[in-house]
Amino acid sequence: MNVQHINFKLFIEDPQSVNLAEYYAVFNTWIQQQVLDELLVDVADYLQVHHGPGMLLIGHEADYSLDNRAGRLGLLYNRKKQLEGTTQEKLAQAARATLTVAKLLEKEKGLQFNTREIQVLINDRLLVPNTTESFVALEPELRAFFDRFYGGTKYELSYKTDPRERFTVEIKAATRFDVETLLKTVSLETAHV
Amino acid sequence: MKASNSLWRERPLESPLPDLVREIEIYETEIELRKQGRMDEKLFAETRLRRGAYGQRYDNGQRWNGKETQILPFPSSSTDLTKGPNTVWDAPGMERIKVPFGGMNPEQLEVMAELAEEYADGIAHVTTRQDFQLHFVHIEDTPALMRRLAAVGITTREACGNSVRNVTACPFSGVCSTESFDVTPYAKGLAFFLLGHPDVQDFGRKFKVAFSGCKDEACGLVNMHDMGVIAAKRIVDGVEKRGFELYIGGGLGTVPHQAKLFTDFLPEEELLPTSQAISRVFAKLGEKKNRNRARIKFLIAQLGIEEFKRLVLEERATLPYDPRWTEYLAEIHATDETPLRPSQPLVDSPRTESFQRWYKTNILHQRQAGYVTATIALPLGDITADQLRSLADIARRFTKGTVRTTVDQNIVLRWVSEGDLPEVHAALEAIGLGAPGAGTIVDVTSCPGTDTCKLGISASRGLASELRQRLAEKSHTMDEAVQNLHIKVSGCFNSCGQHHLADLGFYGVSRHSGNYTVPHFQVVLGGDWTHNGGSYGLAVGAIPAKRIPIVVERLTGRYVAERQKSESFQAFIQRVGKAEIKNMMNDLTSIPSHDVDPTIYTDWGDSREFTIGDIGVGECAGEVVSHAEFGLAAAERKVFEAQLALDQNSYQQAGELAYASMLQAAKTLVEEQFYDVPNEPDRIVEEFRTRFYDTKLFWDQYAGGKFGHYFLRAHEKVNEPYTSDEAHRRVEEAQLVIEAAHACYGKLLAAKSTLNVLPGKSQ
Repeated sequence: MNVQHINFKLFIEDPQSVNLAEYYAVFNTWIQQQVLDELLVDVADYLQVHHGPGMLLIGHEADYSLDNRAGRLGLLYNRKKQLEGTTQEKLAQAARATLTVAKLLEKEKGLQFNTREIQVLINDRLLVPNTTESFVALEPELRAFFDRFYGGTKYELSYKTDPRERFTVEIKAATRFDVETLLKTVSLETAHV
Repeated sequence: MKASNSLWRERPLESPLPDLVREIEIYETEIELRKQGRMDEKLFAETRLRRGAYGQRYDNGQRWNGKETQILPFPSSSTDLTKGPNTVWDAPGMERIKVPFGGMNPEQLEVMAELAEEYADGIAHVTTRQDFQLHFVHIEDTPALMRRLAAVGITTREACGNSVRNVTACPFSGVCSTESFDVTPYAKGLAFFLLGHPDVQDFGRKFKVAFSGCKDEACGLVNMHDMGVIAAKRIVDGVEKRGFELYIGGGLGTVPHQAKLFTDFLPEEELLPTSQAISRVFAKLGEKKNRNRARIKFLIAQLGIEEFKRLVLEERATLPYDPRWTEYLAEIHATDETPLRPSQPLVDSPRTESFQRWYKTNILHQRQAGYVTATIALPLGDITADQLRSLADIARRFTKGTVRTTVDQNIVLRWVSEGDLPEVHAALEAIGLGAPGAGTIVDVTSCPGTDTCKLGISASRGLASELRQRLAEKSHTMDEAVQNLHIKVSGCFNSCGQHHLADLGFYGVSRHSGNYTVPHFQVVLGGDWTHNGGSYGLAVGAIPAKRIPIVVERLTGRYVAERQKSESFQAFIQRVGKAEIKNMMNDLTSIPSHDVDPTIYTDWGDSREFTIGDIGVGECAGEVVSHAEFGLAAAERKVFEAQLALDQNSYQQAGELAYASMLQAAKTLVEEQFYDVPNEPDRIVEEFRTRFYDTKLFWDQYAGGKFGHYFLRAHEKVNEPYTSDEAHRRVEEAQLVIEAAHACYGKLLAAKSTLNVLPGKSQ
């Protein structure tokens, strides 16, 4: 299975306290100062839309958004450009990119992330259809990754079956890790693969 | 770019519109040709525009970041690969999706949701011409996106470029109590008749068509269209006949024109041929060089409607008969809709306040008793993928999937049993689409403006969002006269937000103050939204963008305080007078220094210091590419496909394609002299021989008639099987014939410029 276009979502603690309108300026500054090691293009504001993509930082390789889908505010990483490598490497890349931005947001805006809960989504229905077969095929890969990601801490992995939705897996861990620790783990992970 | 693009290409595609499949394959080949540098960038730009693949802000690879203009180093920047002049290949673009008469079904809504998620930013945007638009799309993803649309009967063909754009129609057609009859089948019939028609390929600018079932309501906006069609009935020999009042030459843009009456009754069977004749006259006589005067409104202004009409009728008389002109009339009821649920009255029980407000503004009673339409007010025309899927479910649950987009950037659910309304409202509220205020002052319309448009000057969406939010907070306590006003915002003078037609219209401009540029909006007052966009408003002055909410407050406040009994806003503005209105806003025009108020130097919803440096070259006008250039490009594409067939050792296919490419090149040249040459190989060859080979027009200075001879010989041997050698030779020859055709077309152009006359497009 060619796993591409991985999305990774980290949920934000205390979402009511977040004023999304402020993040246009934050993302624009990131473009201005080229703070990420990838091409950042523009900022798109969808705050008027109910449970929508919120504030988006549009990039060439990937988009980052403070996404409010299903009424759950989080940082969503959407990989657009194809990646070479194994599924483990691609999962590690998505996690690293998400955590890097989460760390920046923690530092600049004091956002707190609920790292116990993560959503992984494949944004391509043809490559990875939202079927039980896909889940059966990918579960070992996901478990192998999250076993290392959470350092052996217990977690649950569940899968949604709506055939119209993209392939989505929810991960719920027993322990909360800080973003910095997870980023270190996943950076080491990337170095090893 | 998506990893699944090649998989979509390999997957068998079944479409209710089978021609689209081949059309997408052609487009894919053109993308490949452009990537290989074998297709000129201007030609590629126009060909992608004619597939709805439009440019987007910053696609020149530069963006103002608030301090400086920053280079965006897209990977393709290093290779000089472009999508058109000054348009970087890898820069994200917009894809416009045609929705004729706004008609959609739940399956189409679901596909739109998938595309928004997988290729764009998760949002589908309804435009002021009933289209959908997706933003931030990579050009190489567009064929896969088009395949998925084609599978559910939707096309992007001719959604942009110098072509017939989406054919719009009143979203209440068929259920409205004021209409003469349902215009839906006619709008659909015309849209698909003109789609890809050879007579609409050589326009100097775009051509927009709108249908309305009646004259007095606003829904069709016929008067602002290049061609406006209003349903009309007439008794002929004691029998009621269907026909249309036909208007030509309307348009907004920088210089708005009201459409002129072409005829007060065009019989239904004449609709398609007359439209074809109008297209031919526009293609032949419309301006091609000066893009600012190339819309049909300028041709009509120049000729006068009577002379234009004479020319159209003359053209109509010589049109070769086409059975499609009337075939669709035999199935005139194919688009009729029926309800899913039995008609039931709304039970008189206590309702929530939100339901009552929604019922008051968003519900229209159909002429079919017990049924209503429910308008879903989309904020700035935006809808999420999740909302689209849920809306598909709601449409299936309460109707037979009868959904239409509107020119107010909303969506209408039709054939809802009135008794179901509480449930429908609850379902819509659950997905954030149950807001009241459809068609009221809260329901602000806006073009994309500086958010994504290359031509945007000011942030129309930013302003619209701000006004919407402020007005929604107090909408239920507003005076009813104010509630019923319309606000429309455009990011520049090009009027995509239709600001001329609003009670309160605004369009983006800029003013200088010291070393700074300040975003402004020109205030346009007194447009008439009703009567199909009956009259246009007039600009009364430019105000800094950040002060526009104060303008709205003052004008509406004074209207409420001073309006005379049932006086309309238009009448009020006229009575008060432009000078007094200007006085009312005088204090708002002064610009404080940057030190005093830096916020006035930024736009709504944008933290950057304002600039107009990001304005690019718009693609609304498309690239002027002649009919012949398109024909020769098609010949080149065919010979390229022949080469691909050779690579796969498919010699028969390669030989046939090579011959087809020569025939295409020859036909293109013949059409320059005999536009209606039948699409029959023997006839094309005969005409080519007489007009180009025997006259030596096709001859090369050194090679003489050799290339022409290649073609004539290929035609003689067309039914013979191709060996490997013959196929290779035929492909080589085809390439030379196409080169010679280019050279010959150059000679025709040179002769044309010497004589300063058009080569006649008649026999």
